[in-house]
Amino acid sequence: MRRDLVLRVASKFILPPIMLFALYVQFHGDYGPGGGFQAGVIAAAAIILYGLVNGLARAQKMVPQALLEVLMPSGVLIYAAVGVAGLMTGENYLGYDHLAHDAVHGQEWGVFLVEAGVFLTVFSSMIAIFYAFAGRRRS
Amino acid sequence: MMDPAFAEQAITLVILLLLAAVTVGIVRVRGLFAAVVLLGAYSFLMATLFVVLDAVDVAMTEASVGAGISTVLFLGALYLTDTKEATGKARELAPLAVAAITAAVLIWGMSDLPEFGSADQPIHAKGADYLARSLPDTGIPNVVTSVLASYRGFDTLGETTVVFTAGIGVLVLLRRRSGQGKS
Repeated sequence: MRRDLVLRVASKFILPPIMLFALYVQFHGDYGPGGGFQAGVIAAAAIILYGLVNGLARAQKMVPQALLEVLMPSGVLIYAAVGVAGLMTGENYLGYDHLAHDAVHGQEWGVFLVEAGVFLTVFSSMIAIFYAFAGRRRS
Repeated sequence: MMDPAFAEQAITLVILLLLAAVTVGIVRVRGLFAAVVLLGAYSFLMATLFVVLDAVDVAMTEASVGAGISTVLFLGALYLTDTKEATGKARELAPLAVAAITAAVLIWGMSDLPEFGSADQPIHAKGADYLARSLPDTGIPNVVTSVLASYRGFDTLGETTVVFTAGIGVLVLLRRRSGQGKS
């Protein structure tokens, strides 16, 4: 598969739109379908496709394992930290009303940050699971 | 022009029939590659069904996770094991009985469900009025997002933690195995 010219060229054309679509799903989730979870999976699928076509080593050069191990917990931490920020501003845990100058803006900030946390964790977990499977040798 | 309600029912019926056919195919086929591809087809049909039912967010998740990532993971697992299903020794009656009883219980339970799409279910009468509240409260038109990230933010925190835990679990399990192999 690694020497298949058609696959390599085709994947080169497909990868940028997939990443762009993931960003669209992430940031347009307030208005259309999607959100952090779907965007994370789609972005991870782009990296996985790259790894399938060009080999695991090249994918790991682009998104190293060490980076994934930082991103996985940091997504959850961002999410939890938004909750703590709600507490600090005199709201309930994960209450966003006081995060900005009025409640609606606070809600938008809260949802934005929380979705970013979901994106990071889902994105890195999916790739990490793929690396773990693809990195094993046939016994 | 066809009646939209009839068209929707016809599409749903066709998709459900295709789902049944694919399911039979998954069970009958011996080559595991074919089974994995059929599983992907099943997920895409499911996603189409969700679109027909106006659950676009769920459809997107089903298409990307069910048909995309899990197909790749299945193929990775096949690469590590074998692509042919091991033939069983004998056709046992016990699994058939278990399957039949489970199906009977499920069908019996279904008879208690409210009629599909009926508006006078308790959830519509007494549920939180998110459809009306979402835009003035949060400024977010997509109610699914505002429910997930704001009204039910605590649940989504748990869900994210589950994904994180799954990823860490796979990492720990597979890495320890390969470490043992080296030493």
